[in-house]
Amino acid sequence: MAIYVIVGVVVVLLIAFVATYNRLIRLRNQVKNAWAQIDVQLKRRYDLIPNLVQTVKGYVKHERETLEAVTKARNLAQQAASSGAGERAKVEGELSAALSRLLVVVERYPDLKANQNFLALQEELTSTENKISFSRQFYNDSVLRFNNQTQMFPSNVVASVTGFKASEFFEVPVAEERKAPKVSFT
Amino acid sequence: MWEQIRSNHIRSAILVTVMGVLLLLIGYLLGLYFFDNGIGGIIIALVVWAVMNLVAFFRGDSILLTLSRARKISRDDHPRLYNVVEEMRISSGLEKMPDIYIIDDPALNAFATGRDPNRAAVAITSGLLQKLNRDELQGVIGHEIAHIKNRDVLLMAISAVLLGTIVILAWYATRIMFFGGMAGNRRSSSSGGGSGQIIILVVGIVLMVLAPIMAQFIYFAISRKREYLADASSALYTRYPEGLASALEKLAASTSQLKSANKATAPMYILNPFRKKGMSASNLTGTHPPISERIRILRSMVGGASFADYDQAYRQVHKTGRQLLPASAMTTGAIGLHAAGSEATEQEPDEAQRAREISDLLWHRSGYKTISCDCGARLKLPPKFKASSIRCPHCGRVNQA
Repeated sequence: MAIYVIVGVVVVLLIAFVATYNRLIRLRNQVKNAWAQIDVQLKRRYDLIPNLVQTVKGYVKHERETLEAVTKARNLAQQAASSGAGERAKVEGELSAALSRLLVVVERYPDLKANQNFLALQEELTSTENKISFSRQFYNDSVLRFNNQTQMFPSNVVASVTGFKASEFFEVPVAEERKAPKVSFT
Repeated sequence: MWEQIRSNHIRSAILVTVMGVLLLLIGYLLGLYFFDNGIGGIIIALVVWAVMNLVAFFRGDSILLTLSRARKISRDDHPRLYNVVEEMRISSGLEKMPDIYIIDDPALNAFATGRDPNRAAVAITSGLLQKLNRDELQGVIGHEIAHIKNRDVLLMAISAVLLGTIVILAWYATRIMFFGGMAGNRRSSSSGGGSGQIIILVVGIVLMVLAPIMAQFIYFAISRKREYLADASSALYTRYPEGLASALEKLAASTSQLKSANKATAPMYILNPFRKKGMSASNLTGTHPPISERIRILRSMVGGASFADYDQAYRQVHKTGRQLLPASAMTTGAIGLHAAGSEATEQEPDEAQRAREISDLLWHRSGYKTISCDCGARLKLPPKFKASSIRCPHCGRVNQA
């Protein structure tokens, strides 16, 4: 009789172990997938910026500094493309700030705002900014759920035995966000 | 929040099961009444149900889209709409981009369809697309994507089919009972039925009359709960409940009804296409909660954008202690709100320009080509136009086609 109880308990534990392990795998894959989504949007932004700078250049004569800041921030961000979430969030935050400064400056040039090409670019850029923040949002949610599982009992036992490590959040530094001027159209 | 969806599914599954039992009961009584064999009746009911399911499963979304005369658009047709849908896809974590359709109708409405999240579509009327600014559009699309993500579309299809089967069976049964009543009575008396037969008859008639009504109430109950959940999800995806609130306000203010909607498709829309003006729809027969209430809940979400915040706002508006969403949904922790996007703080969209944008799109979808003349006029060339150049009717310049 006792042998059956022991076998039964072992089987139940084994099933629970496998189920937890699979859940961890699923959550980690979701984190990876969410990270890939951010990556796609950040690359899209690198591609859009040279076009934008090119289009804007012809119209704005006195804003060389702003334009250069954007180009510089973009190049820095692209160089940091292979680093971890924390480092990357910092340089991308700087790029976002430089871009929104440029978009504020641009408001002073009505000719530019009538340019069809610029309007299309602006739509793409606005949307890419949104997509970056939405994919960041989804990534951080996924990381939170994955990390909870790796830290909470009993799944943390399975996680530590099978070598799952907590993931890093993609946090735009609060100070950077504050520094970025709020875009307002008048 | 994923647990939330699952637990909501369990509740909905119970309601659907009740409808299923109702269907079986009708089948049983039908069989008992017409050929003294309850099992035979159940089999007939199940066959009717299965056939309707197959049709709904394989052709349902295309039937719906055809009925509402929706046209599929690509990214280049309307970049803003496409982008907003993609933003919401990313925010909700939906893996595949849904197809996007435009319904050429001045009424303000939108719906989502598709039997699973990988084969879904969102449709929006040209009127709505014209009226909303970017934040509002985001709110509305977020609501539709939530229907896809929460698998409401499938659930509503399943319960719509069940409802349809019950209504059809009950309708035919009552007609046959009333008009063929004599024959039925004669047969049952000859087979030696007594008071038991009469009880079955009475119960049968009562059930035939009540079942469709009951099924309808259940259907509406499922639908209403789903609307709240979709609103809450939209607020969560956009982190900006005001967007959806102000979009709903614009929807509420409009009086034009959607031409192509019908009763069966009503729960799919973001707001009930058949609502009458000035009707307070907080009753059992509404597929949607009243708009003013949905707006008030969204506007009361001051603390954050999570489901817990939505639930708190709901309880505040209803002055009730009862939770709308199950407690397992509220575990995600605090979720902050976004500031307004670029357009909301700005002026309303330029309607004339928007209207032109959409009419160009629809012309384009019907095979027309647009060329702009130097004088500022835009010439639309029909698909049959073969000549290589055309003279502008405004200024007389000759343009290359």
